Amino acid sequence: MDIIVCVKQIPDPEIPPSKFKLDIESKKVVPPEGIPPVMNPYDEQAVELALRLKDKYGGKITVLTLGSEATSSIAKHALAMGADEGIVITNKAFEDSDSFSKAYILSQAIKKVGDYDLVLCGRQAADWDEGLVGSIIAENLGLPLVTLAEAVDVANGKLKVKRVILDGYQVFTVPIPAVVTVSNEVGRPRLPSGWGIISASQKQIPVWSVDDIEADSSKTGASAARRKLVKLFIPERERKCEIIERETTAEASIELVDTLIKAGAI
Amino acid sequence: MADYKGVLICGELAEDKITTVTKELTNTGRRLSDDLNQPLSLLLIGQNIQETAAEAISFGADRVFYIAEGLPFAESLPEHYVAIIASVFNQIKPSIVLLSHTDMGRDIAPRLAASLGTTVCMDCIELEIDADSKSLLQTKPVYGGNAMAVWVSVNYRPHVVTMRPRSASPAQSDPSRKGQIVPITVEIDESTIKGKLLETVKEEAKGIKLEEAKVIVAGGGGIGGSEGFQLIQELAQVLGGTIGITRVPCDEGWMPTSLEIGQTGHIVSPDLYFAIGISGAPQHLAGCSGSKCIVAINKDPEAHIFKEADFGIVGDYREVLPILIEKCKALRAT
Ligand SMILES: Cc1cc2nc3c(=O)[nH]c(=O)nc-3n(C[C@H](O)[C@H](O)[C@H](O)COP(=O)(O)OP(=O)(O)OC[C@H]3O[C@@H](n4cnc5c(N)ncnc54)[C@H](O)[C@@H]3O)c2cc1C
Repeated sequence: MDIIVCVKQIPDPEIPPSKFKLDIESKKVVPPEGIPPVMNPYDEQAVELALRLKDKYGGKITVLTLGSEATSSIAKHALAMGADEGIVITNKAFEDSDSFSKAYILSQAIKKVGDYDLVLCGRQAADWDEGLVGSIIAENLGLPLVTLAEAVDVANGKLKVKRVILDGYQVFTVPIPAVVTVSNEVGRPRLPSGWGIISASQKQIPVWSVDDIEADSSKTGASAARRKLVKLFIPERERKCEIIERETTAEASIELVDTLIKAGAI
Repeated sequence: MADYKGVLICGELAEDKITTVTKELTNTGRRLSDDLNQPLSLLLIGQNIQETAAEAISFGADRVFYIAEGLPFAESLPEHYVAIIASVFNQIKPSIVLLSHTDMGRDIAPRLAASLGTTVCMDCIELEIDADSKSLLQTKPVYGGNAMAVWVSVNYRPHVVTMRPRSASPAQSDPSRKGQIVPITVEIDESTIKGKLLETVKEEAKGIKLEEAKVIVAGGGGIGGSEGFQLIQELAQVLGGTIGITRVPCDEGWMPTSLEIGQTGHIVSPDLYFAIGISGAPQHLAGCSGSKCIVAINKDPEAHIFKEADFGIVGDYREVLPILIEKCKALRAT
């Protein structure tokens, strides 16, 4: 089974909130100092899911990422995990693209890759937390879509997809090829092996531009964005914490219950 | 763009009743409609729901659309929903389409926006009509909740928006309200439907539902293993509450993922929330910050959770919990 996985580089989403900084004026996030960006965790789970399918059915995994040449490090990471090929799509014209433009660019790149049975995307990117790109790609390419997958298998020539819902799961079948967005219930992605890291470091990561994917540049970039960011801010904290301190933890614990009773909480 | 008028809510039903999240949307939708001085419509998709449709008027809708003649399909797929919503959209051309940020809304809103060729904003917690421009200001948490972004759409209509559950209070019923009930039939070309839903399996939580619990005792990575959750369970029990968890116990396999609270799990707002062995990541707080009172128990005095709680104890939960449990048991006995 040939699989294309779309991956995105983002600032580490698990930094302590105290390290999270904004530039209010430019409405941009200031990259935290000394903490390198990472592959969006859901995309890493998508790579993991692709690798499980490859382990079972064979085939080739191609990783696509949109960004600058610096982003090739996450393509390398996917290669080190076991993906076969990585491609970076980059161009000035793509900067400040919204989800629709990004999905358009990725759709064009997917067409150029050509043969595939499955396109995987993370369920959302942990920076803007939107969850649009995979679904729009499906619409652009006219492909069936299942969102929030925790497992994918093949049965009777179709894909069988287990979709997570809040209180359980659903099972869908869709014809091949299809687009599937991947949720964290897939579990921990594998770590690259030593050999994986060595072989990835020797691989070339081709860089594609607008012309390579025959993208119409009027559909990309800030001018094509369907939405405008008017404000970005850090929300005020509403609570003030009363730390209950006593000689011993035991005394503090007793005091906590009394405090909660007084506050009407129990 | 002036041709687009009013607000359309895509409602959700559970056992043929309007869900709480849909009542929340109705509350928000009513306010936006009043600000725009335009009608509020509600679409309900289900079987034999005429009575429910009538009842929906009392929650604030001016018009309720519902599928009259049973559905042409046994179990609805997202593709069906999109087709139905698009068909109602084309009939009434609303400028705003609201969905809840639920399993259904998360799936349908992007497809709907893409197929209508418009824009969409996911997981908003606040919607407001700008007094001057009359445009819709869409506020949503980004970066896991570390920041908030306010968006406006540029020349695209309708605005498709999903709203995070619990970000508005549910609309209250006012039986004196009047409105129009519109039965509709939708023709769906089944040959365009590509997917098939084989089954939906609900793992009904035993006891109290997280969304309805008055007290939640939540444990995180600091609990250290599944055994530790016995103490969590015990405290929940004496307080008449239920238990929740962070991502870490899910990933570690200590507890079932269906108990996860946060951005990608349950969104809860109990009267009392215990965060035990929880560091206070924004993605977790996204699910519990609506709680009336948050109590943090953490052995690290620097843990971020203490910035987001009302009361805290710096200490090992293994020491604190047995005492809390004893004391609460004694209280209940008196
Ligand atoms: C895209 C994305 C989405 C996410 N969505 C969610 C989500 O929906 N829900 C969610 O919960 N998380 C989510 N996360 C994960 C989140 O970022 C944090 O990693 C997670 O919430 C941390 O869980 P924790 O606080 O339980 O564990 P940790 O961060 O490991 O913290 C454990 C805490 O326990 C304390 N501790 C240790 N031992 C003891 C002891 N004996 N007694 C008392 N205290 C002790 C420690 O001091 C520490 O503060 C998401 C992450 C990403 C990237």
